[in-house]
Amino acid sequence: MASPLLSVRRELNPRERFTFALLSFLIPLGIWCLVSYVPFIWHPNVEITEPGSVSYFKPGLQVEQAVFDSESAKAEQAGTALPEGTPANPIYLPAPHQVATAFYTAFTTEPQRRNEKWLHESLGDSISVIFWGFFLSSLFGVPLGILAGTYDAVSRLHEPFIEFFRYLPAPAFGALAVAILGIHEAPKIAIIFIGTFFQQVLVISNTTRKLDPSLLEAAMTLGAKRLPLLFRVVVPGIVTDLYKDMRILLGWAWTYLIVAELIGSSSGITWFITQQARYKNFDNVYAAILMIGIIGLSTDLVLAWLGKRIFPWQRGAAA
Amino acid sequence: MSHIELPSYLDQSPQVSARFTKLKQRPVILEVKDLCKDFDAAQGKVTALRNINFKAHRREFVCVIGPSGCGKSTLIRTLAGLEEQTSGQVLLDGKPVHGPGPDRGMVFQGYTLFPWRTVKKNVMFGLEMTGRGRRESEQEALQWIDLVGLSKFANSYPHQLSGGMKQRVAIARALANQPRILLMDEPFGALDAQTRARMQAYLLEIWKNIDITVVFITHDLDEAIFLADRILVLKAHPGEVQELIEVPVPHPRSPEQLLSPEFLATKARLEELIHPPTTETVGLSEDHLNMVRMVSVDDEVGEVY
Repeated sequence: MASPLLSVRRELNPRERFTFALLSFLIPLGIWCLVSYVPFIWHPNVEITEPGSVSYFKPGLQVEQAVFDSESAKAEQAGTALPEGTPANPIYLPAPHQVATAFYTAFTTEPQRRNEKWLHESLGDSISVIFWGFFLSSLFGVPLGILAGTYDAVSRLHEPFIEFFRYLPAPAFGALAVAILGIHEAPKIAIIFIGTFFQQVLVISNTTRKLDPSLLEAAMTLGAKRLPLLFRVVVPGIVTDLYKDMRILLGWAWTYLIVAELIGSSSGITWFITQQARYKNFDNVYAAILMIGIIGLSTDLVLAWLGKRIFPWQRGAAA
Repeated sequence: MSHIELPSYLDQSPQVSARFTKLKQRPVILEVKDLCKDFDAAQGKVTALRNINFKAHRREFVCVIGPSGCGKSTLIRTLAGLEEQTSGQVLLDGKPVHGPGPDRGMVFQGYTLFPWRTVKKNVMFGLEMTGRGRRESEQEALQWIDLVGLSKFANSYPHQLSGGMKQRVAIARALANQPRILLMDEPFGALDAQTRARMQAYLLEIWKNIDITVVFITHDLDEAIFLADRILVLKAHPGEVQELIEVPVPHPRSPEQLLSPEFLATKARLEELIHPPTTETVGLSEDHLNMVRMVSVDDEVGEVY
């Protein structure tokens, strides 16, 4: 008895698709709520509400269940006041509502010290680092990729080295980048660049190579020569696939953000996360991480929507 | 071969004969001299074309036909300049050709319209490449689009058109450059039979009214005889000229002539040349079926005939 939902290659209708997309987020959220709010699922610690006679217990302190139990037993034996507490999850797993409020408070709380930044400033720094890193990488990577995909000579000259360099992990260049470029924004941008550029050239040259060669032949029989062939046939021919590649590459660039921001002086969203972790405000940490995800995903969705609008011939292959 | 009394394909009525005499007096626009093309394949050198010699006169319609593997596509790509011959010459108006160019327009089987350009912009492409101004190119392109009957679709994208329409745009695009010859590599092969018949009629109409010489590749015998003045028949392995047939079917061509005696005679001759009666193939199991009887004798439909 095969379920109609599991028919091979059958596309779901829009309502089904929306439901599953919603479930994709609701199920993890549901599990998180379950673990956070149902007291007998996990909850290995005890949050003290009434310290009783135990000297080092304070209201709000969390202790392990075993410790609580042994102290309670001791107090009972001694006949002194019993401590009281509620089951709690460790502080590194805040409840969903705590993270939700943190989203709001993180932006509105003034920085602890005078020279620290507001959250929106930190976010701005992060976005700026990503932007510059990706922009500089594309400035060199896109033309090189297109040329490598079009002319075999360019490909054979550059690609072997790029293939090799691609395996060198970008974070390894951290200390080097600081030594060369200083401790402020520049080495972070350099890390994003190194992480993106080499993949970019290879991916783009591959996409360029996939252009239907008969389009080039047709153009040649219509009188197109070298440079017009490149600019009037190759580039417009690959531009829709290039756009898709760039969206994916931007996503990869984002993954280098945290590592890049730890280089030199900590800045941006990573600084915020490490600071909040130091203050043990894990709900802020969660909020910040989710923020990065939300910014990344929504940027991609906007770019996808934009892509459909600016390329009206989207059927792709040579007609 | 058939039960109908057919004349010889070499018999030409006086009008047809006179026409061919006039045709052969026209200037020679395309001359192929001792063309040879070899390829390096895994098994060694493969000769695709050997000693191809023929001449095409101005405003002639030449079809090239032959069994698969006879090098038809290689020949037309060499004429277009998309491939370099190993030896021999291709002369256009007496001058050797080097590489592709707008003087030899080409129409491909897969249309190869530029999907990011509208129909109008596609037709304008060649004109832009040869340095015409924007305004002038646009006007000329619109004229050509009108000539092929697609004015309403001038601002549509190729993916919005049907196969026959796309091929018409491809033809307009090639002709807008006013090439000396139009090379067509099985252009109607991907179309259904009805569209193909219509496109053949359109092509003859275009050819009748424009100063264009056409070299047309096909594997369809009916198509070749219907369209051509002369048919170049190639044979395979290696590709060589088998015969240059003058088609005795009179002009103007129409679908009723498909059953005329001249047409059938030519077709019979082409069948002889391209699909010769199979000689003994010794033990080649790829050429035979190993079919055995699989219907039981007492089945209620025991025999098909």
